[in-house]
Amino acid sequence: MTPIQFSHVARLVGGASPTPLVIDIAILVLAGFVGYTVISKVPNTLHTPLMSGTNAIHGVVVLGGLILMAESSGWLEKVLLVIAVAFGTINVIGGFLVTDRMLGMFKPKEPPKGEGAEESK
Amino acid sequence: MTALGTVFLQTTNFTDAAYIVAFMLLIYGMTGLTGPRTAVRGNKIAALGMAIAVVATLLRKGEFNGSGTVWLIILGVAIGTAIGIPAARNVKMTAIPQMVALFNGVGGGAVALIAWVEYRHAFASAGTSVVIPGRAFGLVLFRAASPWPLRVEIFELFGAIVGSISFWGSGIAFGKLQEILPGRPIKLPGRSQSVLNLGLLVIVIASAVALAAGTHSQALFILGILVVSAILGNTIVLPIGGADMPVVISLLNAFTGLSAAATGVALDNPVMIVAGMIVGASGTILTNLMAKAMNRSVPAIVAGGFGGTVAAPAGQAGAAGGTVRSTSAQDVAIQLAYARQVVIAPGYGLAVAQAQHAVRELEKALEAKGVVVKYAIHPVAGRMPGHMNVLLAEADVPYDLLREMDDINPEFGRTDVTLVIGANDVTNPAANTDPGSPIYGMPILEVDKSAAVVVLKRSMASGFAGIDNPLFYEPKTSMLFGDAKASVTDLTAEVRAL
Repeated sequence: MTPIQFSHVARLVGGASPTPLVIDIAILVLAGFVGYTVISKVPNTLHTPLMSGTNAIHGVVVLGGLILMAESSGWLEKVLLVIAVAFGTINVIGGFLVTDRMLGMFKPKEPPKGEGAEESK
Repeated sequence: MTALGTVFLQTTNFTDAAYIVAFMLLIYGMTGLTGPRTAVRGNKIAALGMAIAVVATLLRKGEFNGSGTVWLIILGVAIGTAIGIPAARNVKMTAIPQMVALFNGVGGGAVALIAWVEYRHAFASAGTSVVIPGRAFGLVLFRAASPWPLRVEIFELFGAIVGSISFWGSGIAFGKLQEILPGRPIKLPGRSQSVLNLGLLVIVIASAVALAAGTHSQALFILGILVVSAILGNTIVLPIGGADMPVVISLLNAFTGLSAAATGVALDNPVMIVAGMIVGASGTILTNLMAKAMNRSVPAIVAGGFGGTVAAPAGQAGAAGGTVRSTSAQDVAIQLAYARQVVIAPGYGLAVAQAQHAVRELEKALEAKGVVVKYAIHPVAGRMPGHMNVLLAEADVPYDLLREMDDINPEFGRTDVTLVIGANDVTNPAANTDPGSPIYGMPILEVDKSAAVVVLKRSMASGFAGIDNPLFYEPKTSMLFGDAKASVTDLTAEVRAL
């Protein structure tokens, strides 16, 4: 491995060498299969909450903004990253909240007994 | 916290371990979505995973280097929170598709911005800029001289392109769903739309190759990658009709996920990789599912504006079949009240008329009379995958009454009355019987197999696809014209009065 000459390589893991690219690609491929297996079991009924939930999960890009912020220089980069962090936060917070709100509406059939029939089996 | 504790929290091992816990929780949380009963908890677990990932990232050594970094991070998070919370709390369930489109776009936009910053970093330390002609063709062999590390150049370029397409494409999808933009396809005549899109794609790829080969030009990155991808995002989604929106939203969802995963590789961040791929897989699955439910191929939809343009062959097919029979709420109420089983087939028209709650009341009135009521939900009922289920859940319809197409189709033979409310194309028997129909082969709710069909409809206008529906002319079908909500309310009153 070449000497670490790029700031972002050094930053990733506090000075240690980064994970070899091939490992990251392996994670990528395996995660794809895991995702496929898990998501194929989601019933049609829950596809809309699934999509808003995945909105929240791709908000993980907020990590990218947080990681790059410390070494950004110049106003342009800082502005770009603040926007990126804001976007990611919208995704994470908005996504999980709206999914929670939606899922809370799904209720099983029960013998009618007025209000407050919350999470019973 | 003690100094020793602080040091521990900043070690690589701690960050890595926290990241692993984080993506474990994300995956585990998603497995909760396999059923409505476990889903709420699953979502919370996934949220916890995300929180752990964020906290672990903030605890890293050197995270707050640089002047003002803390404040910039707080600023970004504050803006995001200030927008995200009210949006999530106040959005109407009918507007969820728009919101999901917008959130997709925002995620894609973040990826593109991050890629831009990465590009600037790579070249800030590069010093001289040497463009060696011909290098573009020997990308991998000769890339030793490139100032970009391989992982950054390939994956950030991918992220920049796909993220930018997703941002702008989602913006257009939002506009169409919100009816700021017209729902009909907006496209150039003939094949020129495809030629334009292909040309833009070639420009983007050529720019990416040139940059990856070591061309040092921020202008090329901005213009060739970000701007052209932005235009491409517009020109891909603008020609797609309103009816195809469920496919478009799913596709953009997949795009954003994949671009987030690519950024994860570039930044060597396992949580981003895993999370991005889950989203990518989810979007891909849903895209295929939606395309199948609409009897379309994804490439055909993307290649250019099918939805709403195929009106031409609709013609007189049904008109020749006879006249429609109009009925009254009173007659329908009698039919319903003395039925053993009633199936309600709702479409987006029901949501437009805000009739979900009225339908729920009708269902309860019928159940009080001992009638078995079920709902038949077509996969593309509503404007995004599963949208109708959410709308009915909001009206307190228990989810066990909501039946998917494959479950309910065998039941129509045993059904006395099917009530079609604001649905059209998904009940069109021509999809099964008429090879000349544009929707031939599309899986439908086989409502015509039930003993009687009552269609609640505002007028005789055709559905999204602009196709006439022979169901309306069948002798067993009667039509109840009028606003869906008013009709259903009348029906309920009549049923109760019996």
